[in-house]
Amino acid sequence: MATPVLSLRGVTKRFGGLVAVNAMDFDVAEHEVVGLLGPNGSGKSTTLNLVSGLLPLTSGNISLWGNRISGLPAQTINRKGVSRTFQLVRLLPSMNVRENVVAGAVFGHRRRWGQDAQDHAEQLLEKVGLGGKGDMSLGQLTYIDTKRVELARTLAGDPKVLLLDEWLAGLNPTELQIGITLIKSLRNEGRTIILVEHVMDAIRSLCDRCVVMAAGTKIAEGTPAQVLSDKEVIRAYLGDDDA
Amino acid sequence: MSLTGTDIRNLCFATLAFAICALLPFGDNGYWLGLGVTIAMFTTLATSWALFSGPTHYISLATAAFFGVGTYVTGLGIETLPFWSLVGLAGLIGAVLAALVGLATLRLSGVYFVIFTLGLAELVRQVITWVQNNTGQKGLYVLTDLDEAGIYWWLLGLAAVVFLTGWLIGRSRLGFALRIIGDDETVADHSGINTARAKVLLFMVPGAVAAMTGAILAPRYVYIEPSLAFAPILSFQVVIMALLGGASRLWGPLVGVIPFTFLLEAVSSNFPNQTTLVIGVAFLVIVYLLPGGFVGLLDKIMYRVNAKERS
Amino acid sequence: MDILITGILLGGTYALIAMGLNLQYGVARIMNLANGEILVAGGYFAFIAYTSTQLSPILTIFLVAPLAFALNWLIYRVMLQPLVNRAKNRGQLETDSILATFGLSFIGVGLMLSFFGGDYFSYSFMAVPVELLGNTYGANRVLSFVMAVLICGALYLWLNHSRPGLSIRAIATAPASARLVGIDVKNLSALAFALGGAVTAVGGALISTYLTLDASTGVVFTLKALIIVIMGGVGDVRGTIIAALLLGILETIVASLLDPGLTLAAAYVMFLGILLFRPQGLFGKKRT
Repeated sequence: MATPVLSLRGVTKRFGGLVAVNAMDFDVAEHEVVGLLGPNGSGKSTTLNLVSGLLPLTSGNISLWGNRISGLPAQTINRKGVSRTFQLVRLLPSMNVRENVVAGAVFGHRRRWGQDAQDHAEQLLEKVGLGGKGDMSLGQLTYIDTKRVELARTLAGDPKVLLLDEWLAGLNPTELQIGITLIKSLRNEGRTIILVEHVMDAIRSLCDRCVVMAAGTKIAEGTPAQVLSDKEVIRAYLGDDDA
Repeated sequence: MSLTGTDIRNLCFATLAFAICALLPFGDNGYWLGLGVTIAMFTTLATSWALFSGPTHYISLATAAFFGVGTYVTGLGIETLPFWSLVGLAGLIGAVLAALVGLATLRLSGVYFVIFTLGLAELVRQVITWVQNNTGQKGLYVLTDLDEAGIYWWLLGLAAVVFLTGWLIGRSRLGFALRIIGDDETVADHSGINTARAKVLLFMVPGAVAAMTGAILAPRYVYIEPSLAFAPILSFQVVIMALLGGASRLWGPLVGVIPFTFLLEAVSSNFPNQTTLVIGVAFLVIVYLLPGGFVGLLDKIMYRVNAKERS
Repeated sequence: MDILITGILLGGTYALIAMGLNLQYGVARIMNLANGEILVAGGYFAFIAYTSTQLSPILTIFLVAPLAFALNWLIYRVMLQPLVNRAKNRGQLETDSILATFGLSFIGVGLMLSFFGGDYFSYSFMAVPVELLGNTYGANRVLSFVMAVLICGALYLWLNHSRPGLSIRAIATAPASARLVGIDVKNLSALAFALGGAVTAVGGALISTYLTLDASTGVVFTLKALIIVIMGGVGDVRGTIIAALLLGILETIVASLLDPGLTLAAAYVMFLGILLFRPQGLFGKKRT
C-alpha cells in the first residue's frame, strides 16, 4: 500500500473508567472506501469523533498524509481536509437549503466566497439530487433530503477524506437504494471515505475494506466477504452460543 | 463588492434618515434635544450590542464597564489631548478590553460569560474608586465647549458608523460564520470555522462602541465619579432595548430603543421609584410575550399573511 | 489568625447561600439570578420580626424557610417550568432563564424598594463579644456560623442518605437517565428549586444579624454565590463549602489589609483565575 491518507496508531479514548476505544490501528489509502463496523456501543462513532476532532484522544495518534492531526481543534482538522456528517443530522435551522451548503464551502479545505460559493453549492445540490431545491427552507424537506443537504455541506469544502456516520440509517428501502447509489457515485469519483454503517447490503456493495470493532477493540480487518465470515466477528454480533 | 438595486436604495434611504435626524438641534427645543441625545446613545449601544449578541446568543452585561472606561478616557485626557483623539483612544481601549474579556470567557458556556460581564463594571468601579481614594482625588471635571447639539451630532455620527459596520459585517465571511455559530456551534467547528476567534473579534465591536459612546457623553456629565460612570443599570437597559426590538435584524434594536426610552422617561418623571420594577417587567415581557422582539412579531405576522396568500 | 477565623465565620454563611444556588442550578438547571433578592427578603423578614416582636432570628428561620420554600416552588412551577418545557436545547433554556430571573430580580428589588424604601437596615442582635482562641468575635457571627454548619450538614446527610436526596443527586448527574429509572424529574426539580430558595432565605436571615443590608444589595450576594458555585463545581457539596470558605477568607484578608471597598474586585480576580485555569471547578474532573 502506498502512503496512507489517514492512519490511526494506538488510538485510545477513555471516559472515566470506561475504555470506549482501545488501541485502534488502521490505515486508509487514497480512493479507498473503508467501512467501520461493529455492534452497538463498540466504539465506531467514538472513533469517528476522535478523527474529526469532536473529542480529544486519551492517547495514540492520528495522521493525515503523514502529518499528525490528533490534538488539533476540529476546525483545523476540517481545513486540512477531513469533513464529516453526524449520526443525527445537524443542519443550520435559520438558513435555507443553499445557504446550508454554502456554509461548508466558505471556511473548509478549499475556500470559496460570493458567487463562486453559490455556484459551487448549486452544483453539489444537483449532484446529491436536490437540484432546484436551493431556496426551500429546511422544514419543507423529507428525511432523506435533510441527509442529502448535510452530505452536500460536507462535500462543499472539497475534503480529502469524508467521514460518514451512519449516513444510511433510518432510510426506508426505496430511499436506501437511492442512498447507496449516491455514495457509490462518490466512490466512483475516487473519493476517500470512512463510513460507519450497520446496513449489510451497503457494506457489501460499497466498501473496499472493513474494520470491525467490538468493545472498543479491532477484532478483524479485510474485505467485506472476509470479515463477514470471520468467526470472531460472528461471535461479536450474535453472541457465544451461536458460534 | 457588488451592490444590488435594493442595497443602493437602502443606503440612500438610510442616508436621508440620518440627514433628517441631524436637523433636530435646529429645532431649538432643549427637551427634545435632550431626548434625542438619549435615543442616539441607546441606539448606538443597543445596535452594537445586538451585532454580537444577536447571532451568538451570548448576553453581554459589559456595556456599563466599557462605557465607564470611555468616560474616564475623556475625563483624564481632556486637558492634554483633542476631543476627537480621545474618542478614538477610548474605542481602542474598549476593543482591547473586550478582546481580553472575550478570550477569558467566550470559550466557556453562556452562563460564565453573563456572570463575568455582570460583575465587570463593578470590578472596574471598585478599582478606580480605590485608586482615587489612595491618591486623594474624588472625581474629575470635564470642561469643554462641546454643547448638547455637538454631543448629539457626535453620537449620530457614531450611530451611522455602527450601522455601516453592521451592514458590512452582515455581508462578510465573519458575519456568515457568526450565523453558523449561532445555529450550531458543532457544525461551525466542523466546517472549518475558528469559532473562538470569530466570537472574540465580534465582541470587540460593542466594546469599542460603548467606550466611544462613554467618551462622547463625558462632557455632558461635567463631573465624573465612578458610581455615575459605571452605573450597572445601563447594561440592563441596553439588553432590554435590543431584545425588545429584536436582535435578529440590524434595525431591530432601534425599534426597541425609541418606545422604551419614552416609557422610561414617562415612568421616571411620574413614579421615580418604580424604574427597577419597569425594567423587571420588561425582562418578563421579552421572555414570555415577545421572544423575538418586535421584529420577531413582525416576521410572524408577515409569515402568516404570506401563508394565507399562498393557500 | 484573627483574619482566618473571621474569614471562616463569613465563609460558613456564604456556603449556605451558595448551597441554595447550587441546588437550583445543579438540579433544576436554572441559573437563578434572583437568588440574592430571596436572600435580602429573608433578611428583611428577620429584621421586621425582630424589631416588631423581638422574635429571635434563630426562631425566625423556622418561619422563613417554609415561606421561601412555598414562594420558590410557585416561581418554579408558574414561571420557569414553561421555559424548561419550551426550550429546544440547553443553550436556549440558559438564555431564557437568565433573562427571566433577571426580570424577577429587578421586580424583587422594585417591590422591596416600594415597601421598605431604599434605606439600609440593621438591628442589634447578640452583639456581644465572645472569645475564641485569644481573640474576640461578635456572638451573632459565631451563632450564624454554627447554624450554617448545622444546616449544611443536615442537607449533606439528606442528599446522601434519603431517597428523595439520592434522586435529586441522580438528576444532577444525569437528568435523562434519571427519568428512565422512574424518577419524577419535574416534581423533584421543583422541590430542589424550592429547597434551594429556602436555604438561601435562611442564609439571608442569618447574615442580617451581623451585616447591613438594603433592598439593592441582593445582586452582590448573587454574584458571590455564583462565583462560589462555579469555583466549587456545579452539584458538588464539598467543593461548594471549600470554595465558600476560601472566598470568605480572601475577602477578609483584602478587607482588613487592603481596602474593604475591594472585596468584590478580589472575588472577581479569583473568579477570573478559575475561568482561565480550572473552568471545571476546583475539584471537578476535566471533561474529556
